[in-house]
Formats: sequence, C-alpha cells, structure tokens
Amino acid sequence: MAVEERTWVGKSVSRREDPSILAGRGTYIDDVKLPGLLHAAVLRSPHAHARIRSIDTTAAQRVPGVVAVMTGPEALEYVTAMPAFCAETVVQHAIATDRVRFVGEAVAAVAATSRYAAEDACQQIKVNYEPLSPVSDPHAAMQSGAPKLHDTLDSNVVFERTLRFGDVDGAFSQAQHNVKRSLRWHRMGAQPIETAGIVASWDPFSESMTVWSNTNMYNYIPWVFANLLKVPTNRLKMIPCLVGGSFGSKHLITKCFAIAGALTKATGRPVKFIEDRLDNLAANDNVGPDRFYDAELALSDDGTFLGLRLHIVDDYGAYFQFAHGQHGNALSQPTGPYRIGALEYGIRCVLTNKVQQGFFRGAGSDPGNFALERLVDAAAEELHIDPAELRRKNFIRPDEFPYKTPTGNVYDSGNYTRVLDRAIAEGRIEHWRNEQQRLRKEGRYIGIGLASCQERSTYSATEWWFWYDKPPFPLTTTPESVKLSIDAFGGFLLTLGCPFWGNSPSTVAAQVVAEEFGVDPNTIAIDYADSQSGALSAGPGGSRLTVMISGAARGASRKVKDKLFRVAAHLLEASASDLELVDGSVRVQGAPTRSMSIADVALKAHLFKLDIPADEESGLSATFTYDHPYTTKPSDDRTDMGAFYPIVSHACHVPVVEVDPETGLVSVLEYLAVNDCGTVMNPKLLEGQVVGGIAQGIGAALLEEYVYDENGQLATSTFMDYLLPTAYDVPPAVRVIHEETPSPFTEFGVKGGGEGGRMVAPIALASAVEDALRPFGVRIDELPMTPQRIVSWIDESKAR
Amino acid sequence: MSPKLQIRVTVNGQEHDGLVEPRRLLSDFLREDLGLTGTHVGCEHGVCGACTVLLDGQSVRSCLLFAVQANGHTVMTVEGLAASDGSLHPIQAAFWQEHGLQCGFCTPGFLMTTYELLQANRSPSDEDIRAAISANLCRCTGYQNIVRSVRAAAEQMSTAAVAPVANARQ
Repeated sequence: MAVEERTWVGKSVSRREDPSILAGRGTYIDDVKLPGLLHAAVLRSPHAHARIRSIDTTAAQRVPGVVAVMTGPEALEYVTAMPAFCAETVVQHAIATDRVRFVGEAVAAVAATSRYAAEDACQQIKVNYEPLSPVSDPHAAMQSGAPKLHDTLDSNVVFERTLRFGDVDGAFSQAQHNVKRSLRWHRMGAQPIETAGIVASWDPFSESMTVWSNTNMYNYIPWVFANLLKVPTNRLKMIPCLVGGSFGSKHLITKCFAIAGALTKATGRPVKFIEDRLDNLAANDNVGPDRFYDAELALSDDGTFLGLRLHIVDDYGAYFQFAHGQHGNALSQPTGPYRIGALEYGIRCVLTNKVQQGFFRGAGSDPGNFALERLVDAAAEELHIDPAELRRKNFIRPDEFPYKTPTGNVYDSGNYTRVLDRAIAEGRIEHWRNEQQRLRKEGRYIGIGLASCQERSTYSATEWWFWYDKPPFPLTTTPESVKLSIDAFGGFLLTLGCPFWGNSPSTVAAQVVAEEFGVDPNTIAIDYADSQSGALSAGPGGSRLTVMISGAARGASRKVKDKLFRVAAHLLEASASDLELVDGSVRVQGAPTRSMSIADVALKAHLFKLDIPADEESGLSATFTYDHPYTTKPSDDRTDMGAFYPIVSHACHVPVVEVDPETGLVSVLEYLAVNDCGTVMNPKLLEGQVVGGIAQGIGAALLEEYVYDENGQLATSTFMDYLLPTAYDVPPAVRVIHEETPSPFTEFGVKGGGEGGRMVAPIALASAVEDALRPFGVRIDELPMTPQRIVSWIDESKAR
Repeated sequence: MSPKLQIRVTVNGQEHDGLVEPRRLLSDFLREDLGLTGTHVGCEHGVCGACTVLLDGQSVRSCLLFAVQANGHTVMTVEGLAASDGSLHPIQAAFWQEHGLQCGFCTPGFLMTTYELLQANRSPSDEDIRAAISANLCRCTGYQNIVRSVRAAAEQMSTAAVAPVANARQ
C-alpha cells in the first residue's frame, strides 16, 4: 500500500502552544483571578486511622481574614459524598466526617482573604481524635482481626476475582517447564510539577456554578462534577486552563472540586483551592499500582510459551473510588507481544490506611510488563536460550494481526521482530559486552538490558467496569470532538474539547486540518472549549489523544470541506465531484481559471444566503465527534473482555547501566529505545513523549516510592524524600528510533505513544541491573532498585 | 498578624512599591501583588526550581525568600526576557525550536537558570549545562531537549551580536 505524500502530517512542526507559555503568559489555574476571590487551605489528619470525636473551629473563625471554616458534616450541606466508579459501598468524603483513614486526609477547610490567613486558621482548628489501629501492610490487612477500614465492607479485601482465559490447566499440565517468580512493584505517584487546583464561583441568583480547573473530563462526564456539587447538570460551567502536567493524576479532581465548591456555596464568593505540594503528595489521587505478583510462565522444552498465571495482591489504599482502575487496564496486554494462548489472572484488591490509588502513566500495564518480562528473562536463563531468540520465537507474527489475545483485547498490528532486531543492531551491544568483560576485571559492573513490551493506546471506557458482572454504570462511549469553523474572511478556527496537558493537541490537530485543506497550520487559530460549548471529549489519558484528535480533526475537516464544495459548486456552476482544493482555492479540475478562494466561498456562505443553495444553512463550520474506532462489549460470562485497547504500539529498549556494588548506586550510561507507534504524526513531539516517559521510568526503576511506616505515617511527604529524576539521572544521550507499523483502525494509521517510555523503561532497567550483577547471582524482582535494596540483594546472594 | 512593611523592588527594570507582611514569600509578591504570574510555584520547599528568578543577577528560589529580602534589590523574572512586541529572547526561541518544553510549568525556572548560565559562560559544555540545570526538576521532557535548547541558545547568542536584554518591560 503506497504511503500518501503528506505536507504536514509526519513533519516535526513546531508547537503552537509554546510562544505564549515561554513568555510567561500561559494561564494555569493559579493564575486565575476573580474579584472578591477567597483562598482555601485544608487541615489534614496526622493520623493514619482515627475517629474524629469533635472539631472546635471557634478560634479559627476569629482569625483575621477568615470568611468560612468548614468541617466534613458541614460540607455535606453543599456537596455529596465522592462519586465512585466502584460497585461496593466504600464511602469517601472530600472532608472526612467521622473517621480518617490515611495520613493527609482532609478534616477541615478554611476560606479566607489570603492563603496565609487560611493556613493560620487551620493551625487554630482543634481536632479531637481517637486514634484507631492502623494497618499499612496489605497482607496484614487481609487477615481476620485486622483493623477494618470500612464498616460497610466485610473485610479489607474489597474485591477479589480470578479470570481464566483459554485452557490454563491444559497449558500448565502439558508444559515441560514452569518458571515462577514473586515480584514486587512499589507504590509511586505522578507528581506533576503543577498540583491540582480549582477556582469555583457560585452565583446563588442564577443558581449556577462556574469552575476553572486543571481537571480533565469536563466535556465527557461533567455531570459527575455537577452531581457532586448538587448543581443541575446544565448549570455547571467548567472552564479549562493550561495544565502543568498530569500523567493521569488530573482526570477527575473530585476532592479539590468538592472543597472549593462547598466553600463557594457557603460564602457566596469565588473560592480558589490550589493544593500545595504537601497536599498533593499526601492526598492527591495520583498514585499508581502497589502490587505483589505471584507469576508463573508455562513453556515447553524448546522455549514455546504455553500459559501464564498471575496472582496479584494490590494495595489500593483507604478508598476504592476508581474501582479496579489500574487492573482493567492491565488486562489489555498481560500476555505481552507473545503468542500465549492461556491466561489465569487473579486479583485481590486490599484496602489499607494510605492514600487511594488513582491513575499514573502506564495505569497498571507497567507492572504487568515487569512481571511478564522478568518471567521471560528467567525462562531464558533456566533454559539456556538467548533472551532475544526466546522473544523472537514467541512473538506474534506480522501475518497474525489483528490478533485477539486471550483476554479478548485485540492488537491491531505490529512487527515485533523488526523492532527487536533494530534495537539489537543499533544498541552497540557488542561494544558494551566487550566493555562489560573488560571492566569486570577492574571490579566494575556494567549491564545491558533488553525489554520488548506492548504499549497499548486509546482506551475504551469498558475497562473501568468489566471486572464486575453487574457494573453500576457500564458506559461504552469514549469519544473525542473538535469543531472547525471557517469564518467570513476565510480564517480557520479549531476548537478542541480536551484540555492541554503538555502533550500537543493543538499542534497535531492543526497539522491534520492543514493537511486536509492544503493550508499552513500556523494560519489556523486554536481554542479550547468549556463544558457548555464543547462536544463529547474524553480528553488525554491512556495514550489516546493523538489518535482521537487526529480522527476528530479529520472528520470535522471533511464535513467542512463537503459544505465548502457544495457551496462552491453552486457558485461555480459545477458539480461538487469535479472540484479540487489547490493552494487555498477551490477550483474545477481541468479548468483552473474557474476557481474561488476559500475566503471568497466562506464570505458567501456566511453573509450571502441568497447566493448559496437554498437547502444550505448559512455559515461554514462543523463539529465532529470521533468515537473509539474499535470497541466491543465484554461477554456476559467475562471469558472475553472484548476489544477495549486495540491500538497497540510496541517498543524495545536497550539501556546500559553501571552498578556500584558497594553503594548500590546505578548510573544509566546509555539508552536506546526503538518505538513503533504506527504512523508518526510529529516525530519531534513523539520523541519528547518517549524521552520524558523514559525519565519517569528511570524514576520508577531507581528512585520513586511512597514509603509508609507500620503506623501508616508517610515518610515520603516532600520532594526531599520522594525523589524525582533530575538532569543527572537521565543519560546524556537517549536515542529514540521510530519504526512505523500503521494501525488499520485509525485515521492516518496513528497509534498512541504517550505512556510507552514509562511502561518499558523500568523493565529494561531491571534487566540491565540484573545483567550487571550477574557475577553476584542477583535476581531483580522488585522495583524501585534503591541503593539499600541493591546492597542487601548482593549481601544476600553472597550469603547463599 | 505582624504589621506590614513598605518595600521597593525593581522588577524587570521597573520599580514597584509594596506593603507586605514580613512572612510574605517573594514568589507570592511577584505573582499576586505584581501580577507577574510567569513565575510558577511547584513545591514551596526549594526543590523543584519552578519559582527560580534572578535576584541581582543571581538565581534564587523565590519560594524560599521573603519579599522583604528583595527590598532595594533588582529582580528579573521570565516576563523580563521577551520584548513586548512578541519577539522572543534567543533563549526562549531556542526552547521553542528544540522542543524544550511540554507542559511549560517548570519552564520559566529553566529559562532564568539558563539566562544566568549564559551570562557567566557564553559557550558552556554539555557538562556545564547539565550541572547548571541539575537543580531544576522537569517531569515532562526528560531533560534531553532542555540541554539541546540551552546549547542552541548559547550558539545563537555567541554568533549574533546580542545586546544585553533590555529590562524595561511591564
């Protein structure tokens, strides 16, 4: 199939968004100012588990500048309990009412004329706690007699289920080898440099609420926010701001919403609540999975993979707002790029006294990649098969796509061998093997890692509920919309329904429209719609935005172009099918003098009704909703989860590390990522996403962890303790090579690539560190590989 | 509440008078009292560097300084870089060209840190660049394009005859 000649799509067009942002003019939520604005601060629990006996706010109310002090029960006059995706009764409030269940849970909020005064007031609030026994270890939490977090549940195991796909018993009984590993993926969080924030303004006279925020989903499920604020769904206007990063943490900022919303309703004044970093680290729902895997891979003597068993304990924290969240996602690719016909996947979702899980880039498929690739490496070692060869042998072949995996999810296309071979060819592996040999003699330990992983993209909402047989709200729509207008003077305006998260929707959408109309993308103006003017858009997340916005922009372009041609045909007295668009003009094919500029046609369409076809509405614009290109429902018996994440990218990463066995410090010397995200819309932007994801992956591999002690006290409550990668942690030269196996299901054949760096890098780095420490016989089965852990693993190995 | 104090700070070449509590952070004074919201606050404990501004030409964490400490001093923020007609400073142009930002929230801190580096060292090595930016956190880019941006800015500024950036903005 010939590749289309493209002018704009596929080019590294510079970003639209940048000049204003660089000049310091971008409006982020904390930049929003309103007359009479009040500022909120939140008092948070120092206990991991306690009853609230009483709260005395009298002194706080007397602090100068304070307008309102609100406790949990008082807030319930204005807002409801937190909306929840789960079917179980797990009640959560933005401000705790009678009980706190994690360190950092809100117990009161203050609105004052300044944040300083609000914080002063918080210090004056007297809370009488009755401490309860906390439980911070999920295995302890599962025991009978453990402190129970919710009276509405029978135990802290809020959900457990095992799904079986294919003939698992058959696969395991006929297998000649069975590789087992117990693996640990620790709790980590998104930590965007900008925290979550809300400015909420209640007008009691029109009974309407206006909210500025950095949340997502205001054009998808705004009614969730409206219901939360006890506002009619058509009287809530949510206005987006630029978002200073999210990585999954700002999908639904319901707690902040409720706090600001309750305070604005109580005071009748606009209220701003911006989390500070302590708020965000302790209480934002930016937390990823926290898992214990018992994993087994069944294979035959010659290395053919036959079956996979994964049993997982996942520590969800104190609440279950997003239900299985990061386990729905994990069913998209548990068998990876391999032809594995049978899968057993069991989860136990356990509640403990920690902040709850939300979503964090990778959304549960990252530890899934870790579990699988560790098993594959273990199999290679035990069977004495080269790890690359073992992968090639089991890869799904190019002619097997679209490939239906055991869970029911489909992989659209791929060429995994090509990606692996390219990585090995470009990874300077022979050089580094020689270096490894040479340096070992000097007592230095270099390792070369390899990981071949899927990067599923473009989620369908079915993954949020299909673990339930009777889900409370089994939605199946996961759309994205844009509006394209050409004004009376030929000016293009593209209005997006999604927010700006740091990926580049404006730039990509403009490239698509530019391609469709043959105009310069820089002439296209871009706007972001609010929740009352935008059409259905699920926004960024799940690596979906480039795919979905490309489809939406193309669809809107085609609708507008159709009308443009109909009107032009009438004006040129030709048939629409004889027209073409060339250099900004509509003209009759073969008769180039019979032409009109887009601007001239637009002018007529807008203002000269009597000159255009009688059945045309005046104007020249269209809104297009691009629905998920391939979603199917799960079967009733859940032996087939349906296609829910079928646009699947793939990558092979080859990092080189040095490990100091004395200190446990790991330096990443070099990094190669070969990435196949289908058709690449903008190579420079995609590379930026991959490198950024790799940096987060280095964090996951070496630095990042939420540490709670046995009393549920959060030890990593600041950036001094929760460590984010710096420029020194990322190697000087991260090479990203793009391969392109287009998707058959999307416009342009594009696939998503936003999460891939973070979904593959930790796994590749584990492999590299294990390779470095091979002389010590250390096996890596836990992330992050902190210096203390590495040193103790070496010590344990020596002792064996 | 302590009595407020009168301060006078020159920001981006313009004198500003303020009446502030002693504990008012410089970051809050710039953002709220002066309306210069280009300086961002990411952590309020001096780790992330998003709030970096120049105080008498030296990079500082505005979240760790009180506004009163800037009394009688000069401050330069990101708003002092570009010309008001929309032309970007070469450092900003380089970040744009090299895709040195994604969400843009940490970017003003990196721009000011880069400005300080290039004032002191017109041809920094990659090592110099990494050292200079090592105390600024970026969660989006993975730093590689930031290093490229600084390198490109240095090249641009050493080849062009760039006058000292005029501070008469705002």
